[in-house]
Amino acid sequence: MISEMLAKLWQNGILQLGIWETVYMTLISTAFAYLIGLPLGLLLVVTDKNGIHPISWLNRVLGIVVNAFRSVPFIILMIAMLPVAKFVVGTSLGNKAMVVTLVIAAAPYVARMVESSVKEVDNGVIEAARAMGTSSFKIVWKVLIPEAKPSLITGAIISMVTILGYSAMAGTIGGGGLGQIAITYGYQKYNDDIVWICVVLTVIIVQIIQEAGMLLVRKTDKRIRQ
Amino acid sequence: MIELVHLGKVFQTAAEPIVALEDVSLTIEDGEIFGIIGLSGAGKSTLVRCINLLERPTSGDVLLDGKSLLALPQKELLTVRRQIGMIFQSFNLFEQRTVLKNVCYPLEIAGVSKAEAVKKARKLLELVSLADREKAYPSQLSGGQKQRVAIARALATDPKYLLCDEATSALDPNTTQSILSLLKKINRELGVTIVVITHEMRVVDQICDRVAVIDKSRIAEIGRVSDIFSNPQSEIARELILPQSPLTKKKIGKERVRIIFDGTEAQPAIADMVLACQTPVSIIFADTKELDGKSYGHMIIQLPEDAMQAERITAWLNASGLKFTKEAQ
Repeated sequence: MISEMLAKLWQNGILQLGIWETVYMTLISTAFAYLIGLPLGLLLVVTDKNGIHPISWLNRVLGIVVNAFRSVPFIILMIAMLPVAKFVVGTSLGNKAMVVTLVIAAAPYVARMVESSVKEVDNGVIEAARAMGTSSFKIVWKVLIPEAKPSLITGAIISMVTILGYSAMAGTIGGGGLGQIAITYGYQKYNDDIVWICVVLTVIIVQIIQEAGMLLVRKTDKRIRQ
Repeated sequence: MIELVHLGKVFQTAAEPIVALEDVSLTIEDGEIFGIIGLSGAGKSTLVRCINLLERPTSGDVLLDGKSLLALPQKELLTVRRQIGMIFQSFNLFEQRTVLKNVCYPLEIAGVSKAEAVKKARKLLELVSLADREKAYPSQLSGGQKQRVAIARALATDPKYLLCDEATSALDPNTTQSILSLLKKINRELGVTIVVITHEMRVVDQICDRVAVIDKSRIAEIGRVSDIFSNPQSEIARELILPQSPLTKKKIGKERVRIIFDGTEAQPAIADMVLACQTPVSIIFADTKELDGKSYGHMIIQLPEDAMQAERITAWLNASGLKFTKEAQ
Protein backbone atom coordinates (compact mmCIF):
# COMPACT_ATOMS: atom_id res chain seq x y z
CA MET A 1 0.00 0.00 0.00
CA ILE A 2 2.55 2.45 -1.15
CA SER A 3 0.93 5.83 -1.56
CA GLU A 4 0.74 7.68 -4.80
CA MET A 5 2.87 10.42 -3.33
CA LEU A 6 5.72 8.06 -2.56
CA ALA A 7 5.67 6.62 -6.07
CA LYS A 8 5.74 10.11 -7.48
CA LEU A 9 8.67 11.12 -5.27
CA TRP A 10 10.59 8.12 -6.47
CA GLN A 11 9.77 8.66 -10.15
CA ASN A 12 10.75 12.33 -9.97
CA GLY A 13 13.99 11.35 -8.30
CA ILE A 14 13.21 13.49 -5.25
CA LEU A 15 13.78 10.64 -2.82
CA GLN A 16 17.09 9.70 -4.44
CA LEU A 17 18.17 13.32 -4.34
CA GLY A 18 17.18 13.45 -0.67
CA ILE A 19 19.39 10.49 0.14
CA TRP A 20 22.27 12.07 -1.73
CA GLU A 21 21.74 15.45 -0.04
CA THR A 22 21.69 13.89 3.40
CA VAL A 23 24.88 11.95 2.70
CA TYR A 24 26.82 14.83 1.25
CA MET A 25 25.67 17.39 3.83
CA THR A 26 26.77 14.99 6.53
CA LEU A 27 30.13 14.27 4.92
CA ILE A 28 30.99 17.86 4.11
CA SER A 29 29.79 19.16 7.47
CA THR A 30 31.79 16.49 9.30
CA ALA A 31 34.90 17.34 7.31
CA PHE A 32 34.63 21.06 8.05
CA ALA A 33 33.62 20.43 11.67
CA TYR A 34 36.86 18.48 12.07
CA LEU A 35 38.86 21.20 10.36
CA ILE A 36 37.80 23.46 13.25
CA GLY A 37 37.12 20.91 15.99
CA LEU A 38 40.34 18.89 15.72
CA PRO A 39 42.73 21.79 16.35
CA LEU A 40 40.33 23.15 18.97
CA GLY A 41 40.23 19.81 20.79
CA LEU A 42 44.00 19.46 20.63
CA LEU A 43 44.38 22.98 21.96
CA LEU A 44 42.07 22.10 24.86
CA VAL A 45 44.30 19.13 25.77
CA VAL A 46 47.64 20.85 25.25
CA THR A 47 46.78 24.01 27.21
CA ASP A 48 45.18 22.09 30.09
CA LYS A 49 46.88 22.61 33.45
CA ASN A 50 48.20 19.06 33.26
CA GLY A 51 48.84 19.29 29.52
CA ILE A 52 52.15 19.49 27.70
CA HIS A 53 51.97 23.27 27.37
CA PRO A 54 49.64 24.70 30.02
CA ILE A 55 48.09 28.11 29.24
CA SER A 56 45.34 28.38 31.79
CA TRP A 57 43.56 31.54 30.53
CA LEU A 58 43.34 30.23 26.95
CA ASN A 59 42.13 26.88 28.17
CA ARG A 60 39.41 28.54 30.23
CA VAL A 61 38.27 30.81 27.38
CA LEU A 62 38.12 27.92 24.90
CA GLY A 63 36.28 25.78 27.43
CA ILE A 64 33.64 28.47 27.99
CA VAL A 65 33.14 29.07 24.24
CA VAL A 66 32.80 25.35 23.52
CA ASN A 67 30.35 24.87 26.37
CA ALA A 68 28.30 27.90 25.33
CA PHE A 69 27.81 26.55 21.80
CA ARG A 70 27.11 23.06 23.06
CA SER A 71 24.46 24.14 25.54
CA VAL A 72 22.20 25.77 22.92
CA PRO A 73 19.71 23.31 21.41
CA PHE A 74 20.59 22.76 17.76
CA ILE A 75 17.29 23.93 16.34
CA ILE A 76 17.76 27.33 18.03
CA LEU A 77 21.47 27.58 17.26
CA MET A 78 20.68 26.83 13.64
CA ILE A 79 18.29 29.76 13.34
CA ALA A 80 20.62 32.05 15.26
CA MET A 81 23.48 31.18 12.92
CA LEU A 82 21.61 31.91 9.68
CA PRO A 83 23.11 35.42 9.43
CA VAL A 84 26.55 33.87 9.77
CA ALA A 85 25.66 31.46 6.97
CA LYS A 86 24.57 34.35 4.82
CA PHE A 87 27.86 36.08 5.51
CA VAL A 88 29.94 33.00 4.68
CA VAL A 89 28.15 31.54 1.65
CA GLY A 90 25.97 34.47 0.57
CA THR A 91 22.61 32.88 1.34
CA SER A 92 20.67 31.74 4.37
CA LEU A 93 18.69 29.17 2.38
CA GLY A 94 19.49 25.77 0.95
CA ASN A 95 22.07 23.12 1.64
CA LYS A 96 25.10 25.40 1.52
CA ALA A 97 23.71 27.55 4.30
CA MET A 98 22.77 24.45 6.25
CA VAL A 99 26.33 23.12 6.01
CA VAL A 100 27.57 26.33 7.63
CA THR A 101 25.16 26.08 10.55
CA LEU A 102 25.88 22.36 10.91
CA VAL A 103 29.61 23.04 11.07
CA ILE A 104 29.17 25.74 13.70
CA ALA A 105 26.99 23.46 15.77
CA ALA A 106 29.16 20.38 15.36
CA ALA A 107 32.65 21.88 15.74
CA PRO A 108 32.46 22.35 19.53
CA TYR A 109 31.01 18.86 19.85
CA VAL A 110 33.89 17.50 17.77
CA ALA A 111 36.35 19.46 19.91
CA ARG A 112 35.12 17.68 23.04
CA MET A 113 35.24 14.32 21.25
CA VAL A 114 38.82 14.95 20.17
CA GLU A 115 39.73 16.16 23.65
CA SER A 116 38.47 13.02 25.33
CA SER A 117 40.20 10.75 22.76
CA VAL A 118 43.55 12.49 23.08
CA LYS A 119 43.35 12.51 26.87
CA GLU A 120 43.29 8.72 26.73
CA VAL A 121 46.92 8.67 25.58
CA ASP A 122 49.00 7.34 28.46
CA ASN A 123 50.90 10.05 30.32
CA GLY A 124 53.88 7.74 30.60
CA VAL A 125 54.16 7.60 26.82
CA ILE A 126 54.13 11.39 26.64
CA GLU A 127 56.75 11.51 29.38
CA ALA A 128 58.92 9.06 27.42
CA ALA A 129 58.58 11.26 24.32
CA ARG A 130 59.61 14.30 26.33
CA ALA A 131 62.58 12.41 27.78
CA MET A 132 63.69 11.71 24.21
CA GLY A 133 63.82 15.42 23.47
CA THR A 134 60.51 15.83 21.62
CA SER A 135 59.19 19.39 21.34
CA SER A 136 55.60 20.14 22.35
CA PHE A 137 54.54 20.54 18.72
CA LYS A 138 56.04 17.20 17.73
CA ILE A 139 54.45 15.50 20.73
CA VAL A 140 51.07 16.55 19.32
CA TRP A 141 51.95 15.53 15.78
CA LYS A 142 54.01 12.38 16.35
CA VAL A 143 52.61 11.05 19.61
CA LEU A 144 49.17 12.34 20.59
CA ILE A 145 47.45 12.09 17.21
CA PRO A 146 48.95 8.73 16.08
CA GLU A 147 48.49 7.11 19.50
CA ALA A 148 44.89 8.36 19.78
CA LYS A 149 44.03 7.50 16.15
CA PRO A 150 41.67 4.56 16.75
CA SER A 151 39.82 6.52 19.42
CA LEU A 152 39.71 9.59 17.16
CA ILE A 153 38.13 7.52 14.39
CA THR A 154 35.55 6.12 16.82
CA GLY A 155 34.78 9.70 17.83
CA ALA A 156 34.46 10.74 14.21
CA ILE A 157 31.86 8.04 13.59
CA ILE A 158 29.81 9.19 16.57
CA SER A 159 30.15 12.81 15.44
CA MET A 160 29.10 11.93 11.91
CA VAL A 161 25.95 10.19 13.11
CA THR A 162 25.13 13.17 15.32
CA ILE A 163 25.63 15.55 12.38
CA LEU A 164 23.38 13.37 10.26
CA GLY A 165 20.71 13.78 12.92
CA TYR A 166 21.22 17.55 12.94
CA SER A 167 21.00 17.66 9.15
CA ALA A 168 17.48 16.23 9.30
CA MET A 169 16.44 19.14 11.49
CA ALA A 170 17.87 21.52 8.90
CA GLY A 171 14.95 20.41 6.71
CA THR A 172 12.64 22.58 8.82
CA ILE A 173 14.36 25.83 7.84
CA GLY A 174 15.08 25.34 4.18
CA GLY A 175 17.71 22.63 4.04
CA GLY A 176 17.33 19.59 1.83
CA GLY A 177 17.73 15.90 2.43
CA LEU A 178 15.64 13.16 3.96
CA GLY A 179 14.59 15.36 6.87
CA GLN A 180 13.05 17.88 4.55
CA ILE A 181 11.24 15.18 2.56
CA ALA A 182 9.84 13.67 5.75
CA ILE A 183 8.59 17.05 6.90
CA THR A 184 7.33 18.51 3.62
CA TYR A 185 5.88 15.44 1.91
CA GLY A 186 5.23 13.29 4.95
CA TYR A 187 4.33 15.24 8.08
CA GLN A 188 2.72 18.29 6.43
CA LYS A 189 0.74 16.26 3.88
CA TYR A 190 -0.31 13.43 6.23
CA ASN A 191 1.65 10.71 4.43
CA ASP A 192 2.87 8.52 7.27
CA ASP A 193 4.52 6.05 4.91
CA ILE A 194 6.85 8.75 3.58
CA VAL A 195 7.90 9.60 7.13
CA TRP A 196 8.60 5.95 7.79
CA ILE A 197 10.50 5.46 4.55
CA CYS A 198 12.72 8.40 5.51
CA VAL A 199 13.27 6.90 8.96
CA VAL A 200 14.25 3.54 7.49
CA LEU A 201 16.59 5.15 4.95
CA THR A 202 18.25 7.20 7.71
CA VAL A 203 18.73 4.09 9.85
CA ILE A 204 20.34 2.31 6.90
CA ILE A 205 22.75 5.21 6.28
CA VAL A 206 23.68 5.31 9.98
CA GLN A 207 24.29 1.55 9.94
CA ILE A 208 26.58 1.84 6.94
CA ILE A 209 28.58 4.66 8.54
CA GLN A 210 28.84 2.75 11.83
CA GLU A 211 29.91 -0.55 10.31
CA ALA A 212 32.40 0.98 7.88
CA GLY A 213 33.84 3.07 10.72
CA MET A 214 34.27 0.17 13.10
CA LEU A 215 35.94 -1.84 10.36
CA LEU A 216 38.41 1.01 9.94
CA VAL A 217 39.04 1.15 13.71
CA ARG A 218 39.73 -2.58 13.85
CA LYS A 219 42.20 -2.23 11.01
CA THR A 220 43.91 0.77 12.60
CA ASP A 221 44.17 -0.18 16.25
CA LYS A 222 47.41 -2.04 16.93
CA ARG A 223 46.60 -2.55 20.59
CA ILE A 224 44.33 -5.43 19.62
CA ARG A 225 46.18 -8.72 19.49
CA GLN A 226 45.93 -10.25 16.05
CA MET B 1 79.47 13.30 34.88
CA ILE B 2 76.15 14.24 36.44
CA GLU B 3 76.24 16.51 39.47
CA LEU B 4 73.24 17.33 41.57
CA VAL B 5 73.96 20.36 43.72
CA HIS B 6 71.78 21.03 46.78
CA LEU B 7 68.79 19.97 44.76
CA GLY B 8 65.33 20.67 46.12
CA LYS B 9 61.85 20.14 44.73
CA VAL B 10 58.64 21.40 46.25
CA PHE B 11 55.30 20.62 44.64
CA GLN B 12 52.72 23.34 45.13
CA THR B 13 49.36 21.77 45.79
CA ALA B 14 46.09 23.45 46.63
CA ALA B 15 46.24 22.27 50.21
CA GLU B 16 49.90 22.68 51.12
CA PRO B 17 53.35 22.56 49.51
CA ILE B 18 54.78 19.04 49.37
CA VAL B 19 58.53 18.68 49.73
CA ALA B 20 59.69 15.90 47.39
CA LEU B 21 63.43 16.54 47.58
CA GLU B 22 65.51 18.44 50.07
CA ASP B 23 69.17 19.38 49.74
CA VAL B 24 70.19 16.43 47.56
CA SER B 25 73.79 16.55 46.43
CA LEU B 26 75.50 13.73 44.61
CA THR B 27 77.91 13.09 41.78
CA ILE B 28 77.53 10.31 39.25
CA GLU B 29 80.85 9.49 37.60
CA ASP B 30 81.16 8.53 33.95
CA GLY B 31 81.09 4.80 33.34
CA GLU B 32 79.59 3.71 36.64
CA ILE B 33 76.28 2.14 37.47
CA PHE B 34 74.79 4.28 40.18
CA GLY B 35 71.86 3.08 42.25
CA ILE B 36 69.28 5.21 43.99
CA ILE B 37 67.28 3.17 46.44
CA GLY B 38 64.47 4.10 48.74
CA LEU B 39 61.00 3.11 49.80
CA SER B 40 58.12 4.31 47.64
CA GLY B 41 57.35 7.95 48.25
CA ALA B 42 60.93 8.67 49.31
CA GLY B 43 61.40 10.98 46.35
CA LYS B 44 63.59 8.83 44.11
CA SER B 45 61.35 9.07 41.03
CA THR B 46 61.28 12.85 41.34
CA LEU B 47 65.04 12.79 41.77
CA VAL B 48 65.64 10.91 38.52
CA ARG B 49 63.22 13.21 36.67
CA CYS B 50 65.22 16.19 37.88
CA ILE B 51 68.29 14.82 36.09
CA ASN B 52 66.74 15.31 32.63
CA LEU B 53 64.50 18.13 33.84
CA LEU B 54 61.23 16.30 33.23
CA GLU B 55 60.69 17.88 36.62
CA ARG B 56 62.31 21.26 37.20
CA PRO B 57 63.94 21.44 40.61
CA THR B 58 62.78 24.38 42.70
CA SER B 59 66.24 24.92 44.17
CA GLY B 60 69.80 23.82 43.51
CA ASP B 61 71.30 22.90 40.17
CA VAL B 62 71.83 19.99 37.80
CA LEU B 63 75.22 19.92 36.06
CA LEU B 64 75.96 17.74 33.08
CA ASP B 65 79.71 17.60 32.50
CA GLY B 66 79.96 20.82 34.50
CA LYS B 67 77.26 22.66 32.51
CA SER B 68 74.09 23.76 34.22
CA LEU B 69 70.98 22.31 32.59
CA LEU B 70 68.68 24.77 34.30
CA ALA B 71 70.34 27.62 32.44
CA LEU B 72 69.76 26.05 29.01
CA PRO B 73 67.11 27.44 26.68
CA GLN B 74 64.31 25.00 25.86
CA LYS B 75 65.66 24.15 22.42
CA GLU B 76 69.11 23.17 23.68
CA LEU B 77 67.54 21.22 26.52
CA LEU B 78 65.75 19.08 23.93
CA THR B 79 69.11 18.32 22.31
CA VAL B 80 70.74 17.54 25.66
CA ARG B 81 67.95 15.09 26.47
CA ARG B 82 69.10 13.00 23.53
CA GLN B 83 72.28 12.33 25.51
CA ILE B 84 70.22 11.00 28.40
CA GLY B 85 68.19 7.90 27.60
CA MET B 86 65.42 6.85 29.94
CA ILE B 87 63.44 3.68 30.58
CA PHE B 88 60.41 3.25 32.80
CA GLN B 89 58.59 0.75 34.97
CA SER B 90 55.61 0.69 32.59
CA PHE B 91 57.84 0.63 29.46
CA ASN B 92 55.91 3.51 27.84
CA LEU B 93 56.22 2.23 24.28
CA PHE B 94 54.19 3.74 21.46
CA GLU B 95 51.33 1.26 21.16
CA GLN B 96 50.50 2.17 17.57
CA ARG B 97 54.06 1.79 16.28
CA THR B 98 55.86 -1.42 15.49
CA VAL B 99 58.93 -2.42 17.48
CA LEU B 100 61.18 -1.11 14.71
CA LYS B 101 59.29 2.19 14.50
CA ASN B 102 59.48 2.60 18.26
CA VAL B 103 63.25 2.34 18.15
CA CYS B 104 63.36 4.69 15.14
CA TYR B 105 61.35 7.35 16.97
CA PRO B 106 64.16 9.25 18.74
CA LEU B 107 66.14 9.27 15.50
CA GLU B 108 63.12 10.63 13.62
CA ILE B 109 62.89 13.43 16.20
CA ALA B 110 66.61 14.09 15.85
CA GLY B 111 66.19 14.49 12.09
CA VAL B 112 68.12 11.39 11.04
CA SER B 113 67.21 10.07 7.59
CA LYS B 114 64.79 7.17 7.50
CA ALA B 115 67.19 4.68 5.95
CA GLU B 116 69.85 5.48 8.49
CA ALA B 117 67.36 5.32 11.36
CA VAL B 118 66.17 1.88 10.30
CA LYS B 119 69.73 0.65 10.01
CA LYS B 120 70.57 1.89 13.49
CA ALA B 121 67.34 0.53 14.97
CA ARG B 122 68.00 -2.94 13.54
CA LYS B 123 71.46 -2.93 15.07
CA LEU B 124 70.03 -2.02 18.46
CA LEU B 125 67.31 -4.64 18.24
CA GLU B 126 70.05 -7.15 17.66
CA LEU B 127 71.84 -5.89 20.77
CA VAL B 128 68.73 -6.49 22.86
CA SER B 129 68.08 -9.87 21.13
CA LEU B 130 64.82 -8.86 19.50
CA ALA B 131 65.87 -8.69 15.85
CA ASP B 132 63.16 -11.17 14.89
CA ARG B 133 60.31 -9.12 16.38
CA GLU B 134 60.78 -5.84 14.52
CA LYS B 135 57.36 -6.01 12.85
CA ALA B 136 55.50 -6.83 16.06
CA TYR B 137 53.45 -4.28 17.98
CA PRO B 138 54.02 -3.72 21.72
CA SER B 139 50.72 -5.45 22.59
CA GLN B 140 52.15 -8.65 21.13
CA LEU B 141 55.22 -8.65 23.39
CA SER B 142 55.87 -9.88 26.92
CA GLY B 143 56.93 -7.47 29.67
CA GLY B 144 60.58 -8.37 29.36
CA GLN B 145 60.49 -7.94 25.58
CA LYS B 146 58.80 -4.56 25.96
CA GLN B 147 61.55 -3.41 28.29
CA ARG B 148 64.15 -4.58 25.78
CA VAL B 149 62.49 -2.51 23.08
CA ALA B 150 62.41 0.44 25.49
CA ILE B 151 66.13 -0.03 26.13
CA ALA B 152 66.88 -0.17 22.40
CA ARG B 153 64.79 2.97 21.90
CA ALA B 154 66.57 4.77 24.74
CA LEU B 155 69.94 3.91 23.19
CA ALA B 156 69.04 5.00 19.66
CA THR B 157 70.64 8.44 19.94
CA ASP B 158 73.85 7.01 21.47
CA PRO B 159 73.29 8.58 24.87
CA LYS B 160 76.07 8.87 27.41
CA TYR B 161 73.63 8.23 30.21
CA LEU B 162 70.73 5.88 30.78
CA LEU B 163 68.20 6.56 33.51
CA CYS B 164 66.24 3.53 34.67
CA ASP B 165 63.15 4.34 36.71
CA GLU B 166 62.08 1.12 38.45
CA ALA B 167 62.81 -0.61 35.14
CA THR B 168 62.52 -4.12 36.55
CA SER B 169 59.80 -3.57 39.12
CA ALA B 170 57.02 -4.83 36.86
CA LEU B 171 58.95 -7.93 35.81
CA ASP B 172 59.21 -11.43 37.24
CA PRO B 173 62.51 -12.53 38.85
CA ASN B 174 63.87 -14.36 35.79
CA THR B 175 63.07 -11.51 33.45
CA THR B 176 64.54 -9.07 35.96
CA GLN B 177 67.77 -11.07 35.84
CA SER B 178 67.97 -10.91 32.07
CA ILE B 179 67.24 -7.17 31.97
CA LEU B 180 69.87 -6.54 34.65
CA SER B 181 72.43 -8.53 32.68
CA LEU B 182 71.54 -6.54 29.59
CA LEU B 183 72.03 -3.27 31.46
CA LYS B 184 75.38 -4.47 32.74
CA LYS B 185 76.38 -5.44 29.21
CA ILE B 186 75.39 -2.00 27.91
CA ASN B 187 77.43 -0.38 30.66
CA ARG B 188 80.50 -2.48 29.91
CA GLU B 189 80.37 -2.69 26.13
CA LEU B 190 78.99 0.72 25.22
CA GLY B 191 80.38 2.60 28.21
CA VAL B 192 76.98 4.06 29.04
CA THR B 193 76.69 5.52 32.54
CA ILE B 194 73.59 4.06 34.14
CA VAL B 195 71.44 5.47 36.93
CA VAL B 196 69.17 2.86 38.47
CA ILE B 197 66.18 3.87 40.57
CA THR B 198 64.75 1.00 42.55
CA HIS B 199 63.17 -0.11 45.78
CA GLU B 200 64.67 -3.58 45.40
CA MET B 201 67.95 -4.26 47.18
CA ARG B 202 68.81 -7.16 44.87
CA VAL B 203 68.90 -4.82 41.88
CA VAL B 204 71.46 -2.58 43.56
CA ASP B 205 73.28 -5.61 44.84
CA GLN B 206 73.61 -7.11 41.37
CA ILE B 207 74.61 -4.30 39.11
CA CYS B 208 75.43 -1.11 40.97
CA ASP B 209 78.90 0.19 41.80
CA ARG B 210 77.70 2.90 44.14
CA VAL B 211 74.38 3.61 45.74
CA ALA B 212 72.55 6.51 47.35
CA VAL B 213 69.92 5.65 49.92
CA ILE B 214 67.03 8.11 49.88
CA ASP B 215 64.73 8.53 52.81
CA LYS B 216 62.11 11.20 53.42
CA SER B 217 63.25 13.40 50.51
CA ARG B 218 66.89 13.42 51.63
CA ILE B 219 69.98 11.36 51.01
CA ALA B 220 70.45 9.18 54.05
CA GLU B 221 73.63 7.51 52.93
CA ILE B 222 75.81 7.29 49.87
CA GLY B 223 78.78 5.09 49.07
CA ARG B 224 80.13 1.94 47.46
CA VAL B 225 77.59 -0.87 47.42
CA SER B 226 79.97 -3.25 49.23
CA ASP B 227 80.56 -0.71 52.01
CA ILE B 228 76.92 0.07 52.55
CA PHE B 229 76.04 -3.59 52.41
CA SER B 230 78.52 -4.63 55.03
CA ASN B 231 78.13 -1.65 57.25
CA PRO B 232 74.94 0.31 56.78
CA GLN B 233 75.06 3.52 58.83
CA SER B 234 71.58 4.91 58.44
CA GLU B 235 68.49 3.33 59.86
CA ILE B 236 66.80 3.24 56.45
CA ALA B 237 69.78 1.45 54.89
CA ARG B 238 69.73 -1.14 57.65
CA GLU B 239 66.03 -1.59 57.08
CA LEU B 240 66.50 -2.07 53.34
CA ILE B 241 69.59 -4.27 53.57
CA LEU B 242 68.95 -6.28 56.71
CA PRO B 243 65.28 -6.97 56.54
CA GLN B 244 63.64 -8.45 59.57
CA SER B 245 62.49 -11.87 58.59
CA PRO B 246 59.13 -12.87 59.98
CA LEU B 247 60.90 -15.62 61.94
CA THR B 248 63.29 -13.31 63.72
CA LYS B 249 60.39 -11.33 65.02
CA LYS B 250 59.03 -14.28 66.94
CA LYS B 251 60.11 -14.01 70.51
CA ILE B 252 60.93 -17.44 71.84
CA GLY B 253 62.86 -16.08 74.73
CA LYS B 254 66.32 -17.37 73.90
CA GLU B 255 69.41 -15.37 73.25
CA ARG B 256 70.21 -14.59 69.66
CA VAL B 257 73.15 -13.12 67.87
CA ARG B 258 73.26 -11.38 64.52
CA ILE B 259 76.53 -11.97 62.71
CA ILE B 260 77.46 -9.55 59.97
CA PHE B 261 79.66 -10.57 57.07
CA ASP B 262 81.50 -7.76 55.39
CA GLY B 263 83.76 -9.73 53.13
CA THR B 264 86.79 -9.73 55.43
CA GLU B 265 86.29 -12.87 57.51
CA ALA B 266 87.86 -16.25 56.97
CA GLN B 267 85.54 -18.90 55.63
CA PRO B 268 83.73 -20.95 56.76
CA ALA B 269 83.06 -18.93 59.90
CA ILE B 270 79.99 -20.67 61.30
CA ALA B 271 81.41 -24.15 60.79
CA ASP B 272 84.64 -23.05 62.48
CA MET B 273 82.67 -21.70 65.41
CA VAL B 274 80.66 -24.87 65.89
CA LEU B 275 83.78 -27.02 65.71
CA ALA B 276 85.75 -24.80 68.07
CA CYS B 277 83.01 -24.51 70.68
CA GLN B 278 81.77 -28.07 70.32
CA THR B 279 78.29 -26.62 70.55
CA PRO B 280 75.49 -26.80 68.02
CA VAL B 281 73.66 -23.61 67.12
CA SER B 282 70.56 -23.11 65.06
CA ILE B 283 70.53 -20.68 62.21
CA ILE B 284 67.30 -18.74 62.45
CA PHE B 285 67.76 -16.50 59.47
CA ALA B 286 70.44 -15.95 56.89
CA ASP B 287 70.75 -13.55 54.03
CA THR B 288 74.21 -13.57 52.55
CA LYS B 289 75.45 -13.01 49.06
CA GLU B 290 78.64 -13.23 47.12
CA LEU B 291 80.19 -10.07 45.74
CA ASP B 292 83.55 -10.33 44.03
CA GLY B 293 84.10 -13.69 45.70
CA LYS B 294 83.51 -12.39 49.23
CA SER B 295 80.44 -12.87 51.39
CA TYR B 296 78.28 -10.04 52.50
CA GLY B 297 75.15 -10.13 54.54
CA HIS B 298 74.05 -11.33 57.88
CA MET B 299 72.89 -14.34 59.75
CA ILE B 300 70.97 -14.75 62.95
CA ILE B 301 71.86 -17.69 65.13
CA GLN B 302 70.19 -18.87 68.26
CA LEU B 303 72.55 -19.51 71.15
CA PRO B 304 72.22 -22.71 73.17
CA GLU B 305 70.05 -22.60 76.27
CA ASP B 306 72.96 -23.66 78.44
CA ALA B 307 74.50 -20.41 79.73
CA MET B 308 78.03 -21.83 79.72
CA GLN B 309 77.81 -22.94 76.12
CA ALA B 310 76.27 -19.62 75.11
CA GLU B 311 79.08 -17.81 76.87
CA ARG B 312 81.64 -19.94 75.03
CA ILE B 313 80.21 -18.98 71.66
CA THR B 314 80.10 -15.30 72.55
CA ALA B 315 83.71 -15.50 73.65
CA TRP B 316 84.67 -17.24 70.39
CA LEU B 317 82.86 -14.60 68.36
CA ASN B 318 84.67 -11.87 70.30
CA ALA B 319 88.00 -13.48 69.60
CA SER B 320 87.23 -14.22 65.95
CA GLY B 321 86.93 -10.62 64.87
CA LEU B 322 83.52 -11.26 63.33
CA LYS B 323 81.11 -8.38 63.61
CA PHE B 324 78.08 -9.36 65.64
CA THR B 325 75.35 -7.85 67.72
CA LYS B 326 73.12 -9.29 70.39
CA GLU B 327 69.57 -9.30 69.11
CA ALA B 328 66.91 -7.66 71.20
CA GLN B 329 64.41 -10.10 72.54
